[in-house]
Amino acid sequence: MTTLPDAEALCAKLVAELKPLVKPSTAMIGLYTGGAWLAEKLHPQLGLSTPLGLMDIAFYRDDYHKQGLHHDPKRTRIAFEVEGRDLLLVDDILYTGRTVRAAMNELFDYGRPASITLVVLADRGGRQLPIFAQHYGTQVEVPDGQRLRIKRSAEGRLSMELEDA
Amino acid sequence: MHNPQLNAAGELQHLLSIEGLPRAVLTQILDTADSFVGVTEREVKKVPILRGKSVFNLFFEASTRTRTTFEIAAKRLSADVINLNIAASSQTKGESLLDTVANLSAMQADIFIVRHVASGAPYLIARSVKPHEHVVNAGDGRHAHPTQGLLDLYTIRHYKKDFTQLTVAIVGDILHSRVARSLIHGLTTLGTPEVRVIAPQTLLPTGVESLGVRVFHDMKKGLAGADVVVMLRLQNERMRGALLPSAQEFNKYYGLSPDKLALAKPDAIVMHPGPMNRGVEIDSAVADGPHSVILPQVTYGIAVRMAVMSIIAGN
Amino acid sequence: MKILIKGGRVIDPASGRDAIGDVLVEGERIAALDAAARDARADQVIDAKGLVVAPGLVDICARLREPGFEYKATLESEMEAAIAGGVTSLACPPDTDPPLDEPGLVDMLRRRAKSLAHARLYPIGALTVKLEGERLTEMAELSESGCLAFTQANVPLDDTQVLWRALQYAGTFGFAVWLRAEDLSLARDGVAHDGEVATRLGLPGIPAMAETIALGRLLELVRATGTRLHVCRVSSAGGVAMIRAAKAEKLPVTCDVGIHHVHLSEMDLGYFDSHCHLVPPLRSPRDRDALRAGLADGTIDVICSDHTPVDEDAKQMPFSESEVGATGLELLLPLTLKWATETKTPLAKALAKVTSDAARVLGVKSGRIETGAPADFAIFDPQAIFRVVPEALRSQGKNTPFMGYELAGRVRYTLVDGRVILGETPKRPA
Repeated sequence: MTTLPDAEALCAKLVAELKPLVKPSTAMIGLYTGGAWLAEKLHPQLGLSTPLGLMDIAFYRDDYHKQGLHHDPKRTRIAFEVEGRDLLLVDDILYTGRTVRAAMNELFDYGRPASITLVVLADRGGRQLPIFAQHYGTQVEVPDGQRLRIKRSAEGRLSMELEDA
Repeated sequence: MHNPQLNAAGELQHLLSIEGLPRAVLTQILDTADSFVGVTEREVKKVPILRGKSVFNLFFEASTRTRTTFEIAAKRLSADVINLNIAASSQTKGESLLDTVANLSAMQADIFIVRHVASGAPYLIARSVKPHEHVVNAGDGRHAHPTQGLLDLYTIRHYKKDFTQLTVAIVGDILHSRVARSLIHGLTTLGTPEVRVIAPQTLLPTGVESLGVRVFHDMKKGLAGADVVVMLRLQNERMRGALLPSAQEFNKYYGLSPDKLALAKPDAIVMHPGPMNRGVEIDSAVADGPHSVILPQVTYGIAVRMAVMSIIAGN
Repeated sequence: MKILIKGGRVIDPASGRDAIGDVLVEGERIAALDAAARDARADQVIDAKGLVVAPGLVDICARLREPGFEYKATLESEMEAAIAGGVTSLACPPDTDPPLDEPGLVDMLRRRAKSLAHARLYPIGALTVKLEGERLTEMAELSESGCLAFTQANVPLDDTQVLWRALQYAGTFGFAVWLRAEDLSLARDGVAHDGEVATRLGLPGIPAMAETIALGRLLELVRATGTRLHVCRVSSAGGVAMIRAAKAEKLPVTCDVGIHHVHLSEMDLGYFDSHCHLVPPLRSPRDRDALRAGLADGTIDVICSDHTPVDEDAKQMPFSESEVGATGLELLLPLTLKWATETKTPLAKALAKVTSDAARVLGVKSGRIETGAPADFAIFDPQAIFRVVPEALRSQGKNTPFMGYELAGRVRYTLVDGRVILGETPKRPA
């Protein structure tokens, strides 16, 4: 039984790491659904001048031919100019790297950012593409046959759980 | 009877008619369209989702408007689009409908967008295509125009949010209108409590109440308290077919003027599937007025068609 | 040659007889029944134990597509279908190419049928030249060639003056006129019953009024002329009611219903199934119930197949563009049995609609099992079930709304004029 670190504590750690590095013009984009939850926690604590952007990568996934358009897409809302912007791209779990690849492709259809910094709550290894997170809360080893999930309680507390795949 | 639009898993395989689609499928399409509206509002209006797929526009009945919106929608999904003006080609040589489709099938089609003058033609095609091929009905005779119905539903949802609180009035030539039939099915499936049709007797199909609508011949009574007013196009042939005496009399009793519109709710919206006959079924003052959402309907039409194609092509 | 048909359930609808018994056939005629049959020395025996021995079916409307439409079907294939279905007499409408409006064409058709030596063929003559509804045909000459009645088939004749003159002329010679009641302008462009299904499917409709308005006109003309009228393919509750009233008024009127309309309604169109594209259209379930009531109380005299072979290409079209009609010769018997079972109609009464009553309307001596009558039989197993699949149909037309259905009623022997045309060769007596 792997004991997982406290997600709320990891959020605090990330805030502490990011605060000295961001400028007011830096913008943040969270990926639905878990990345959006994490971003909603981080964003207010970093003093950013732009509203939080939220992104759904449904139309950029590379597995459309197998899965179709399966989950109900949410509407991507980015209320600021991506062009020339330093971006913090926030997701909950970094695994194969395909989600981040899709997110970057979609971002570039909005404009050409100055930089993209990837922030994740947990890096579980298993990369299939050359992608890395500049900031991560923790590294986790996920046993075979299981997967890592982020949950949000009714009060808004984040937690990490392992469940059968 | 098994619904030919759904595959064994209950997923949308073809879009032939709104009738018979479960509420969940309709909602999925509208929600997905929502995401695509966002795409159409940004500078790069394309997403890569249908890259490598081929969409064939099979229009057996001419239409520039509908065909163009499907073409734009498909291209925004990064699909390849081939337009076939069938009326001018093999059909006149006597090639059967199914032979035409079979020939195109051999050219690796993924989606057929079909418009035909005969009701039911897309069903015939859907029965004959290969498992990975999908059919979207772009209008068949008087029967259905599901993407138009869906974009009308999207428009209503955008402005009015909750179908279960609405009174919707559809005015005009219901008898010949596939748009009206599709919209009625969609509204009733989504729980609209009061759907009204307003028309003279000659323009109402037999037993139209069985579709779940209330019939009005008096437009003033029919518009009272309406949240949404949908005006249908009146074609010139109707005067020649002994259905109506003149456009003038029709306009006086069934055309939408500002003072008739005033009988609806103060925040009522006015819709029209287009193209409009100004001065016949709708006065310019209304078409260009503050209640009209006719232009946004067009934008939503592209997003809805993008949604439909991206959902079925993945199933 | 004496053939003994032994131990079957012998049903003669005309007399109401429905009992196990024996029938002796000698030459072309029925020679004896029951005890008298058993006593005679038969040369051959057909073991009919467990089978129904009925008169050969009389189908008063079956299209054979000759002359002119041989790519759809031929005399050979359709006569095979008739025999397979136990039909030993059939009347064909004149809507061939050229139409049967000349004695020479009728003669040729009859001779072709005779040389095939299958079912008896009775061509119904055209009422007007080329069926165009303008000039009368030489009805007396056509009658000499063998036409038992005159009709417009499905070609509209809307000029009341011409209709009146045609009825008058036919009545002069005592000929019967067979007409389908449909108002041309109301039926024009329509392909389905004008009702809720057509509204939902967006198909142009033919209101039931098209039948009743035309029927009203026809009945007035019968009152004026006294000519015998047979109304073909009644389809609506209103139509049945008008004929019931006409019979009560003692007008010389008879009528038939197509077997498909006995079973199906507009609900069966489903998702535009063009196999249900028929004339007259399949109407509402209420109309179908009225047709069944009309059969039960004798208002409707006859059930026919309205057999119309159509090649599959012409059906694989959008509904309104598909060719009308359904194949039915081989299915007339099992579908009649299905109706009888569903409505708990006694078998003798049910079979009358396709034997004795049909023969009466047509004006022929078949359709009876009695001493001296022609030896035409349909000997069938009412319990034997078969699946309606294209391979099981002898007709070239595979266009039936019942494709894939399981039906009961398999013909084991068909006899015409005392000859076994379908079935095993009868055995020598033990």
